[in-house]
Amino acid sequence: MEKDNNNIIQEVTRNDYKYGFVTNIEMETAPKGLNEDIIRYISNKKNEPDFMLQFRLKAYERWKNMIQPNWAHLKVPPIDYNEIIYYAAPKKKKELGSLDEVDPELLATFSKLGISLEEQKRLSGVAVDAVFDSVSVKTTFSETLQKHGIIFCSFSEAVQKHPDLVKQYMGSVVPPGDNFFAALNTAVFTDGSFCYIPKGVRCPVELSTYFRINSAGTGQFERTLIIADEGSYVSYMEGCTAPQRDENQLHAAVVEIVALKDAQVKYSTVQNWYPGDKNGKGGVYNFVTKRGMCKGNNSKISWTQVETGSAITWKYPSCVLLGDNSVGEFYSVAVTNHHQQADTGSKMTHIGKNTRSTIISKGISSGVGNNSYRGLVKILRRAENSRNFSQCDSLLLGDKCGAHTFPYIDAQNSTSIVEHEATTSKISDDQLFYCKQRGISTENAIGLIVNGYAREVLKQLPMEFAVEAQKLLTISLEGSVG
Amino acid sequence: METVLKEKISELFVKNKFKIFNNDPDEVKALRETAFADFLRLDFPTIKWEAWKNTDLKKVLDRDYNFYFEPAKEHIDIEKVFQCEVPDFDTHIISLYNGWYVYRDKPLTKLPDGTILGSFARAMEEYPEIILKHYNQYAKENKNGLNSLNTAYAQDGIFIYVPDGVETYKTIQMVNILNKEDNLFVQNRNLVIVGKNSKLTLVHCDDSHNHKSSFTNTVTEVFMDEGAKVDHYKLQNLNNITSLINSTFFYQSANSNLTSFAISLNGGLIRNDIRITLDGEGSNADINGLYLVDKEQHVDNQVFVDHAKPGCTSNELFKGILDDQSTAVFNGHILVRKDAQKTNAYQKNRNVLLSDKATVNAKPFLEIYADDVKCSHGATVGQLDDEAMFYIKSRGISEYNAKLLLMYAFAAEVINKITIVPLKDRIDDLVKKRLRGELAICDQCVLHCRNQEKIYDFNIDMSKI
Repeated sequence: MEKDNNNIIQEVTRNDYKYGFVTNIEMETAPKGLNEDIIRYISNKKNEPDFMLQFRLKAYERWKNMIQPNWAHLKVPPIDYNEIIYYAAPKKKKELGSLDEVDPELLATFSKLGISLEEQKRLSGVAVDAVFDSVSVKTTFSETLQKHGIIFCSFSEAVQKHPDLVKQYMGSVVPPGDNFFAALNTAVFTDGSFCYIPKGVRCPVELSTYFRINSAGTGQFERTLIIADEGSYVSYMEGCTAPQRDENQLHAAVVEIVALKDAQVKYSTVQNWYPGDKNGKGGVYNFVTKRGMCKGNNSKISWTQVETGSAITWKYPSCVLLGDNSVGEFYSVAVTNHHQQADTGSKMTHIGKNTRSTIISKGISSGVGNNSYRGLVKILRRAENSRNFSQCDSLLLGDKCGAHTFPYIDAQNSTSIVEHEATTSKISDDQLFYCKQRGISTENAIGLIVNGYAREVLKQLPMEFAVEAQKLLTISLEGSVG
Repeated sequence: METVLKEKISELFVKNKFKIFNNDPDEVKALRETAFADFLRLDFPTIKWEAWKNTDLKKVLDRDYNFYFEPAKEHIDIEKVFQCEVPDFDTHIISLYNGWYVYRDKPLTKLPDGTILGSFARAMEEYPEIILKHYNQYAKENKNGLNSLNTAYAQDGIFIYVPDGVETYKTIQMVNILNKEDNLFVQNRNLVIVGKNSKLTLVHCDDSHNHKSSFTNTVTEVFMDEGAKVDHYKLQNLNNITSLINSTFFYQSANSNLTSFAISLNGGLIRNDIRITLDGEGSNADINGLYLVDKEQHVDNQVFVDHAKPGCTSNELFKGILDDQSTAVFNGHILVRKDAQKTNAYQKNRNVLLSDKATVNAKPFLEIYADDVKCSHGATVGQLDDEAMFYIKSRGISEYNAKLLLMYAFAAEVINKITIVPLKDRIDDLVKKRLRGELAICDQCVLHCRNQEKIYDFNIDMSKI
């Protein structure tokens, strides 16, 4: 049986990254390197108002004096920030009016990825904003959304059309100098998605962004801003892939969510950047700052993530629970295989009264990967009756991988309750034996057990995503044996 | 200001080198020199250090401390100064007075069973080969300024050697008494060696008999040979302006068994740094802690368990009740190394906050590189269970008593694990008193407070009145 399992592991190892193709499309790129001129170039290219340029320059000033954080349980090879191309865009011939005018090559790329913009639009009723090498290429469904007064467009468009909203909320959750990668993003971000849900509107469709890195030597820096006005609701999805390259590519994104009184935002991610080959060569460095602010009373922000890609993941979707009775949730499945490394978790800051937060994190490590959960639950003095429950479990498949848990609890209020629990285990022989004696193959049994293990998180995902996530999990792990 | 203290320390080191080095073997001298260089480089820990994030020493290091490189000449009748007040607690007491072994001039005590007890400095002269084999072997892994400073500076401490196959019939009690009319900076170095299949029960106490703010930086190394069993109790009875940094290093060989208790009731700033290396198959460590703090007290429990070999178990249980503006830190780190399969490691930290000004920082942390392991950890911060309160109240018990009952039950989980009956009763009693708010610091407690007649001396110059 041991031999059998080894074979299966090898088979899985050979599993290729199926999104690893490159699209040949004419690109317009900025010169390599990072300096003030590049920032001015980007800002100028995008025809931005002055406040944007000042915002970028301020962040750049801060960034210059920062050092790359090294506290995470990750081995990050040195990154030369001057070797990166900070701006790459599909060459635009003219303003795009309808989907027919989009470069067919580009459309083909997205349908290859299973994100047929056209099809999606018609069939699933999901509004998609596709971001190709940092530039938003097409947003579907805009007209339908407009009827409800929902603004869903690329970030650049929002800067042009809704500068007031951008000015008011951009940087209010993740300030320009928040951390090294956020500052870098703020300085050079090229595009992203913008979303505004007006008062009392329940967004009728799921909003979705699809990110794709295509060009070599580029970094992807996109920025998402979601504003849910009083009493509104939105479910937002994000997916990503990149071509297979031997070099490492940098992805440093910022996502900001503002939930006003009684608003609810659900943000789901299936992250499948290229993880590098089985020897750990290549892959995307994923350094992302995601933070939501429950600004108003009774607001709710829920993060769900399935992290299967990236060579290195550094990501802590957080909630600032400012409004009374606000709720923060974090559900995560993180998988590391081969040489992948992940340091991910959540931060819940309880400021308002009766605030509640839940953290459910499921880590799965196999190969020689290292998977860490890092979380902070902070209860401030005036957060009366606040409540947190955290559970982070790790599953180890193989004896060369590592699973780590770094929970921080800071409690300053006597009426609050914080609970944290964690377990680390492997798939037990009993479980396997049970499945196998029922006629289920080792491979399927493991798929079953892993999916069961992650169920709690997967069931949080919107239907469209849940299917993709389950498939991804099986691809990443079937056949691995603990 | 810390730099002022640092400068003072480095000046004093150069000036008093001959006193510090005294009769040390050459290896130890070299060790001191390197440790001193390490201290200069590493400096005192600051809140920028991950392990010191929640314990800010700045305020305590700002104070002016005095250093002594020779024991005071005065004759001390230690039996009068210190009397263990745990009733029926039959122990073998060895004491340090202001950081110096009391009967320094006398040779080391040799008990009939072969156990050797006495001054660390003296042992260095009499048994250099034993000392050199173990000295600084277990503490060196944990590089921080305070440990280095201790290695460089510490001139005395307690040495205990239990030969193979000996079960010490009496509990050994190590007591460090601070009693001087100035702010002392004391550094002790203790070494405990427990031979194969031997058994030792050790009670380690820190006491202050004055109202001065002292700073004690103690490093204790405990070596446990195969099959050794050690019960270790760390208690302190210090005033609320005293700081204690207590680093204990346990090295466990195969099939050894450790039970450790860190009970913190009194003291200003207490940090228990417990580091355990399970470096032999089948070894087991039980680490328990209880802290009841109030006012401005600060208790920091750092527990690091290194599962270096397969088939070991560790079990941590730390519980605390916090009142007023007190702060408590729990930082548990379990490391399971690559080949340490079949490891069972559990960690539990529970806290009850009684006031909105109290703060708990908990970080139960698992680092695991082996797959066939069972590890779990849990941490909670909360209040007393409402339902339990209601249940007790519905039985006609007043809210005040119900609260006491529940708090006591909360603490009892740790207390009940204590196996020395008189000590358990005493701590039980103290916890009850403490919960009722009857335990003022001037009671001079942990092991003392039965002695109600104790007279305090105040140095008042009568001629000026």
